[in-house]
Amino acid sequence: MRAYYSLFKMRLLKGLQYKTAALAGVSTQFFWGFMYIMIYQAFYRSTSSPQPISLRQLIQVLWLQQSFLVFIMLWFRDRELIDHITSGSISYELCRPTDIYSFWYAKILAQRLSGAMLRCLPILLIAFLLPYPYNFSFPPSISSFVLFFIALTLGLVLIVAISMLIYISMFYTMSPTGSLLMFSVLGEFLSGLLIPVPLMPDFLRKIVYVFPFRYASDLPFRIYVGNIGFKEAIISIGVQILWISILIIGGKLWMNKALKRIIVQGG
Amino acid sequence: MIQVKSLNKTFKVAKRNAGIGSAVKSLFKPQYSTIHALEDISFNIDEGEIVGYIGPNGAGKSTTIKVISGILVPDSGKCDILGLTPWKNRIDHVKNIGVVFGQRSQLWWDVPVIDSFNLLKDIYKIPTKDFNDNLDLLTSSLNISSILTTPVRQLSLGQRMRCEIAASLLHNPKILFLDEPTIGLDAVSKIAVRNFIKTINKEKNVTVILTTHDMSDIEALAERIILIGKGRILLDGSLTELKNKFATHKTLTVDFKENSSDINIEGTSILSRSKERIALSVDLNKVKVSEVISTLSNKIDIIDLSVDSRPIEEVIIDLYKEYQI
Amino acid sequence: MKLYFKYVSILFRSQMEYRTSFILLSIGQFFVPFLVFVSMYFLFQRFNTIGGWSLYEVALCYGIIHMGFSISECFVRGFDSFSSLVVNGDFDRILVRPRSTILQVLGSKFEFTRIGRLSQAVIVFVYALSNLNIDWNFNKILTLIFMLASGIFIFSGIYMIGATLCFWTIEGLEVINIFTDGGREISQYPLSIYNKWIKRFFTFVIPFGTVNYLPLMFVLDKVEGNSLIYMFTPLLGMLFIIPCILLWGFGVRHYKSTGS
Repeated sequence: MRAYYSLFKMRLLKGLQYKTAALAGVSTQFFWGFMYIMIYQAFYRSTSSPQPISLRQLIQVLWLQQSFLVFIMLWFRDRELIDHITSGSISYELCRPTDIYSFWYAKILAQRLSGAMLRCLPILLIAFLLPYPYNFSFPPSISSFVLFFIALTLGLVLIVAISMLIYISMFYTMSPTGSLLMFSVLGEFLSGLLIPVPLMPDFLRKIVYVFPFRYASDLPFRIYVGNIGFKEAIISIGVQILWISILIIGGKLWMNKALKRIIVQGG
Repeated sequence: MIQVKSLNKTFKVAKRNAGIGSAVKSLFKPQYSTIHALEDISFNIDEGEIVGYIGPNGAGKSTTIKVISGILVPDSGKCDILGLTPWKNRIDHVKNIGVVFGQRSQLWWDVPVIDSFNLLKDIYKIPTKDFNDNLDLLTSSLNISSILTTPVRQLSLGQRMRCEIAASLLHNPKILFLDEPTIGLDAVSKIAVRNFIKTINKEKNVTVILTTHDMSDIEALAERIILIGKGRILLDGSLTELKNKFATHKTLTVDFKENSSDINIEGTSILSRSKERIALSVDLNKVKVSEVISTLSNKIDIIDLSVDSRPIEEVIIDLYKEYQI
Repeated sequence: MKLYFKYVSILFRSQMEYRTSFILLSIGQFFVPFLVFVSMYFLFQRFNTIGGWSLYEVALCYGIIHMGFSISECFVRGFDSFSSLVVNGDFDRILVRPRSTILQVLGSKFEFTRIGRLSQAVIVFVYALSNLNIDWNFNKILTLIFMLASGIFIFSGIYMIGATLCFWTIEGLEVINIFTDGGREISQYPLSIYNKWIKRFFTFVIPFGTVNYLPLMFVLDKVEGNSLIYMFTPLLGMLFIIPCILLWGFGVRHYKSTGS
């Protein structure tokens, strides 16, 4: 356990060093958030019929998306890990007295956490201070905040488990391009980053609910704004836990198989 | 051919102290310290010379090379190379020079060497006939004709360096700057590179300026060396001159039949001594080596002896010490 | 010009050494933006119009800006990834060659995988045109060509500004993405839907408005009276490149005096 802790601390310190990069990231995401809000605002202006999510709620979701971007995007790639796998120096990792799956998992998790810590607070803070209707605001109730927090944490656990699959698949393809491509293209779409899940046509929404992707971003954010009620939230968190267990167990089994392959090959 | 007069160049380097407080301070009021990279550098180089430009790291070697190849503009000073000022007539000037940076490649990594050469032909607008003649000459004398169709990434370092040198000579430059051309090469490739540099210097009368840390390069190639330290020229002369000036001692090693008598000759000091062998350091200012030998032969029964100059590496170390650089 | 095509050919052959990766990346370059368009399509199914513009009109905006973006990303990539040239010291190499720095930086890199993005843009563009009833005449076709050229010039200009900044610092330069990626995303929709500050900024400072919104007012007959002014706005937008080139020259001079 200590090994994971020091790994995490190292990552966090490393991430904190790049202050300028973080500042640049914050301004970029702030710009994007603003742009999306204005686009949806224009769309909402051209209709008078009520929508499945109100513009105010949507604005909150957009700010949450921008500030927790490092939590929810799939293509957050770790050059070091990729090089390890493709160059074959993975055999060194095998010598370490830790379980590789957990070790890598901790590494990716740490990377995302340190990235988000630097970015989410500044963005949310500035967004709070913006004039109505652009501003970010508190959730409607304490219970939705607590549920949001649980769902967000589980969402992070889930997204890291998914991105582990991308890395493991690289044992077979030996290049990050293909898998990253497939996952990030579909993943982004299916997690509601391109079009918010409630605004999707019905048939698409049904598809989206089948995949795990939306449980990392769409779910916690809509819980926060109160677009998902208490009962549905509890059920969905159950689904999250189910997905996490499936993906982690599956990932571990797959990884063991992949590692055996390497040993057989003598890599 | 190359006339450099009182070049000066200073750099500003941001100073930063540790701690968050000073980091914030430097954001608003950055503090700079000035580094004199070049101070009053002057030298002339004639056509056909091979000059070794040496000095420890950070002495100003590469800054000088950058100024005379037109990459950097100096703060003050004059430079006239074949009638042109490098930083004022960059494009005309660089047609006359070839540059090899030993640590960086100028070849396109993923395509065969010959493709890079063909592209350089267009970059330098080399007439086809000249290009073909030059290519023949370079490929045969550098022995690279068999690897011309190999992608650069598959070449060994030695092969690549030979191709780099060929690439920088395709446009028939009158001056060649070599920045550590033998770095990382094995002995065979080193010698091949050196021999080639000698050849083109003799046959095409190309002027060569060479920076290196490998003193055997200098010994093999340069008749003249310029020593630079802390931005100043400390010494400019022939290699023999340098040796004579600093090689004031020779080492005399003598094997003899067992003898334990006292050997104490004026002008020498004993480096090591056993029953059958002695090594003496002879101070040439005080006594001649031949005198020492004759004195010795009176005292002991000499079996074998050898006289060695000190290796150039040591001479250079002494030199750095003397100038405190 | 001949040299430029030599650069294109040698780098194309380099890229072909990694064929699988090239094909996969091109496919990615096709689908990533294409899904953005699909999302746009779904939004229009729900809302019908945005700021008085229909799906097909917005699709035209989208097609034009993505064509300009992908062409400039392919051919001006050398400036976009210029920081690596400075960090490696390869810019010194450029300075010891007897050709202009701009030509050599342009020739240092091409990103041919952008063919994927370009083809999806062309598909959307054709889809939009075939669904719109435009009263075609010579001026309108000419305007479309102006629009495309203006897009390429403006994106290239921004890449040059970003590259010039590398002479001073290479930290935090992702901010430039606000103007490249951000400019592209903003201009997928007509500029009129945004807040007035955004509108002004992207009309007068970085003139993305001249790439699609303003000239489309003319092409789609959304203006009355003297519409010729709208037709020539893309030409004004192209002037953006001039200060960028001057700035680049200034940056090179700075580099030559500091060497950093």
